[in-house]
Amino acid sequence: MDKKRMALEFAGIKMKTPVMGASGTFGFGLEYADFMDINGIGAIISKGITPKPRPGNAGVRVAETPAGMLNSIGLENPGVEAFKTTILPKIKTIDTPLIVNISAGSAEEYGELAAELDVDGVAALEVNISCPNVREGGIVFGTKPEAAASVTRNVKLHTSKPVIVKLSPNVTDITCMAKAVEDAGADAISLINTITGMAIDIESWQPLLGNITGGLSGPAIKPVALRMVWQTARAVKVPVLGLGGISCWQDAVEFLLAGASTVAVGAYNFVNPRAVEEIAEGIDAYLARKGISQVSELVGQIKV
Amino acid sequence: MKKLLVDAVVISNEAVIPAVWKMVLWAPEIALCVQPGQFVAIRKSGGITFLRRPFSVADADPEQGTITLIYRLVGQGTAEMAAMHADEHINVEGPLGTGFSIRQGDKALLVGGGVGIAPLIFLARKLDRPVLLIGGKTAEETFWSEFLEPYAEKIYITTDDGSVGRKGFTVQALPDILAENEITGISTCGPMIMMQGVAEIAAKEGIPCEVSMEKRMACSIGVCLGCTFAGKSSGKRYKVCADGPVFPAEEVF
Repeated sequence: MDKKRMALEFAGIKMKTPVMGASGTFGFGLEYADFMDINGIGAIISKGITPKPRPGNAGVRVAETPAGMLNSIGLENPGVEAFKTTILPKIKTIDTPLIVNISAGSAEEYGELAAELDVDGVAALEVNISCPNVREGGIVFGTKPEAAASVTRNVKLHTSKPVIVKLSPNVTDITCMAKAVEDAGADAISLINTITGMAIDIESWQPLLGNITGGLSGPAIKPVALRMVWQTARAVKVPVLGLGGISCWQDAVEFLLAGASTVAVGAYNFVNPRAVEEIAEGIDAYLARKGISQVSELVGQIKV
Repeated sequence: MKKLLVDAVVISNEAVIPAVWKMVLWAPEIALCVQPGQFVAIRKSGGITFLRRPFSVADADPEQGTITLIYRLVGQGTAEMAAMHADEHINVEGPLGTGFSIRQGDKALLVGGGVGIAPLIFLARKLDRPVLLIGGKTAEETFWSEFLEPYAEKIYITTDDGSVGRKGFTVQALPDILAENEITGISTCGPMIMMQGVAEIAAKEGIPCEVSMEKRMACSIGVCLGCTFAGKSSGKRYKVCADGPVFPAEEVF
């Protein structure tokens, strides 16, 4: 891989490649160390961290669907304190930016959480206002522009780190949300989170997921994600991190052309635990073939 | 132990009985290091299913470089597996999870029900002539004893209909077996209700017991948190795929 061709700066974060592991599918990065060089990837986006530990939702939490999967984990995580004392010291040694994904129950709590994480070893925050699986926090903030803006402002107020706000696709007009968080000071926008969905067992007549509904991810959502990335990238000036159903380098190139400066791989990590690395290699080879000397030159170059 | 990702070659794939199949894969790196109770997550490239499928390893032969999976036909994924032929390739991720604690010197009793008997074959091979207690619905399901015979001191069988062995469930036969044998450790794999019954009797008798759990999982490597639960005695959050699938019984029941 040509280091110069693939390196970039995203919202002030220096990255070796534009390809990251998406929150909730990448653990804290170390889980993939057996499969690839995690020091060579774009960034690690952590599992969602909340102020207090959360056990997550009851019952079945994952279900396969055509070309994808539903999940209703419900933000299970050890809480910010355990994250800082037991997890962060272990991953600090990885030479890859760590973006910590955060969720909280109110705009104030988001701010407090951001302050707690304004520490060494954290490269940036990804503000999750789009989890479809929790009642408090999560999607409540992700579907109302004023609420999203208020969360963004509070986080910005309490951190020195770049703030990436992760948007939900479960809205009528994604650009409204994008502009609201941009105006509130977001340094970057990531999209999309999962699309709310469900599945029913026709023998028992019960929902497949304990939480009844869950978030759909995987290749099934890629066209939706790509459309929303394209719409958003045209509507805002801040850089965009595109994700949703990426499973190969060709998918990633589509997102870059649509206007994403960087991309993340989510559910496909489960299928191919080397995906983040292989997709970066694929993009690099594509750039070489096209005679493009820097990956950023591809961003937003869709011809319409 | 390092997790590997390899393209394995199907050596053989055949029905043991119509609903249960046995697949032998050439995967020498995994055969060399996999331990009883660990599992692999497999995926046929170009297949119709999206996620990998986890299967316990029913046997491993480091000399031949093979691992054996015994699987019940339950849905799309296993139907796809059953359609595979020798020389075809399948991607294997493993070894995954934490297996049984091998207790050399123990007189072990292994209790299995249904396809949960599969990992006990591999475990029996590594132990010093354990006693086996296996249960099935009918005589057709007691084929497992053929796989176990080379390694077992004794095999007790129960069937729901009484067509082979003792009539009833494994748990009902357990007290008599414990009376007949000096058992110092129990490992069990099968339906939760069966393992719970085994665990209760083991606790009453003061015999250490470990259970192998099954839960729906997406990633198999401890990142998606689809398969977590709270330990009964410790309250600790466990991931079935990474901390297990084998756990001390007191953490599960």
